[in-house]
Amino acid sequence: MDHLEFEFEGRGHSPRRGHALVGVVGSGNLEVLLEHAELGGNCSAVVDTSIRGFDSLWERVLADFVDRHRLADVRISVNDGGATPAVVTLRLDQAAAEIREEQS
Amino acid sequence: MHMSTDGRKAAGWDTIHRSYRARMERAGRLASGKVVAADDAVSLLESVLEPGDRLCIEGNNQKHADFLAASLARVSSDRVHGLHIVQSNLALPAHLDVFERGIADRLDFCYSGPQGLRLARLVAEGRVRVGAIHTYLELYSRYFSDLTPRVSFIAADAADAAGNLYTGENTEDTPAIVEATAFKSGILIAQVNRIVDELPRVDVPGDWVSFVVEAPKPYYIEPIFTRDPAAITDVQILMAMMVIRGLYQKYGVTRLNHGIGFDTAAIELILPTYAADLGLQGEICRYMSVNPCPTLIPAIESGFVEGIHCAGSELGMERYVAERSDVFFIGRDGTMRSNRIFCQLAGHYADLFIGSTLQVDLEGNSSTATLNRITGFGGAPNFGSESRGRRHGSKSWLQAGEEANRGRRMPRGRKLVVQIVETFREGLEPTFVERLDAWDLQQSFDLPLPPVMAYGDDITHIVTEEGIANLLLCDDLLEREQAIRGVAGYTPVGLGRDRAVVERLRKKGAVAYPDDLGVDKRLANRDLLAARSIKDLVHWSGGLYRPPARFRNW
Repeated sequence: MDHLEFEFEGRGHSPRRGHALVGVVGSGNLEVLLEHAELGGNCSAVVDTSIRGFDSLWERVLADFVDRHRLADVRISVNDGGATPAVVTLRLDQAAAEIREEQS
Repeated sequence: MHMSTDGRKAAGWDTIHRSYRARMERAGRLASGKVVAADDAVSLLESVLEPGDRLCIEGNNQKHADFLAASLARVSSDRVHGLHIVQSNLALPAHLDVFERGIADRLDFCYSGPQGLRLARLVAEGRVRVGAIHTYLELYSRYFSDLTPRVSFIAADAADAAGNLYTGENTEDTPAIVEATAFKSGILIAQVNRIVDELPRVDVPGDWVSFVVEAPKPYYIEPIFTRDPAAITDVQILMAMMVIRGLYQKYGVTRLNHGIGFDTAAIELILPTYAADLGLQGEICRYMSVNPCPTLIPAIESGFVEGIHCAGSELGMERYVAERSDVFFIGRDGTMRSNRIFCQLAGHYADLFIGSTLQVDLEGNSSTATLNRITGFGGAPNFGSESRGRRHGSKSWLQAGEEANRGRRMPRGRKLVVQIVETFREGLEPTFVERLDAWDLQQSFDLPLPPVMAYGDDITHIVTEEGIANLLLCDDLLEREQAIRGVAGYTPVGLGRDRAVVERLRKKGAVAYPDDLGVDKRLANRDLLAARSIKDLVHWSGGLYRPPARFRNW
């Protein structure tokens, strides 16, 4: 397993919801957790992945994600089941859509 | 063989026919009427074959004349050698044993899926001289030109004593082989599963058939078109949503051909849900040229797909298909009739083809060739190419033609040829590459050109999980390259995009992302599938679909 940590400059407003969890580990899939955290407007990410040697790829996927959704004060945790960037991006976007919503 | 005018006069104008009569006479002692016992099959082949003959062994996508193929591998190579094999699919070990044993040394074919590695080795050893790798339509066309078989082995479900054949649901390529062989004084030998007094229907008239052999076991057949919905991923569902909004709805595609991967199965399984919610029933996907893929059942049952012509059948689908004669092509006997050539033609003149591939380059050329493996083409290049002989209009064809127009005064339509791929394959192998492996394959197998499945100038759209590149709207090769990079995700090709150019292409629609297409990514999950398992498909079919045991896990 590789354990990666990244920091990104925040890009907007804090999310409305406390957290959003998407995906299921153990189904050949990956799990993404977004949490509202006091990070001084920045974002942080933690990735646990079974595939080694793709640090810069992960950094780009996550940086684009933070940029695309204009996120701030969000802690991103990714539990990767050997997923491709396609799955990672889809899960991140789904989680972002959820955490942006009003708390019901 | 060229003959001088004098030689021709001396030999006569019916040398092939006289050779046919001599062969029939040699083999006659083995036959009772037209029927030859399975134990005499090797002797039969030694009697009718002559060194250097062109031979077709029926080997389709699905059914195979496997008993006759195995018998050929057992003939004496002193008596039979130097054969030129002209057959569509090399799928069985026996197909290559004949080269290993020196019985055959030349090969013209279409597809060699599971035997690809061994074929490559035999080519490298000089035991097989490959004439060319063809598409199905190409090779069958040559049967009627310069590659007419002298002898053909075919497979049928049943025969009667007069040699009439019933090919059942899997007629597939039989008519093409039969026509070319029987009407050019060739010997036609049919292996059948059983000999009966009365056939359900006659698919091949008995007087075209030379000999019939009842095989000890039914011919080999594979359920190669069954995709278990349980294995469809959310990313495939996302791409399917983009296809429905960005292509089927946008152009109003009613007649089409689907490839046989999970990507297209996902499209089929969200027609009754996602597409129905968009109000598209009756507007899209009405006529298809495909095998009866089980994943089509929900779309048929919910009234989306109204008509399907099949190249072949699929194991387990026989009863379901027979009970849906409004949708499928069914004989008077109540079983389906398939025909690969007609299905390929119907697909060629349809509005859209969509299928997967392994590699795409910066011009949009796509290839399934990987290093050290000769797999070949099959039917995809005929489905997946612009139909330049088309003359009738349709909404989709005319709209795509309008997008492709660069100031021409004469209006002309355009077929949509779509490749659907994830940017990375398993093991994080990028699908998008600067240089196709096909170039290396050309070198190692001494081919006249790289084996390209679909050429970039035939392809109109590339769909990935990132979005859709519309190559019709690209003005030049530079724009085309950037549109492809713009959907190539985090592959090196995708990372090499010029963001400003891609943004400009996005404004004119040459690159479209889910938001641009009105696709909500949150819906991209398995809840959207009309069936999530093989069991669900059985349920949709009212119990008429009987999946093979390997797909039954309940």
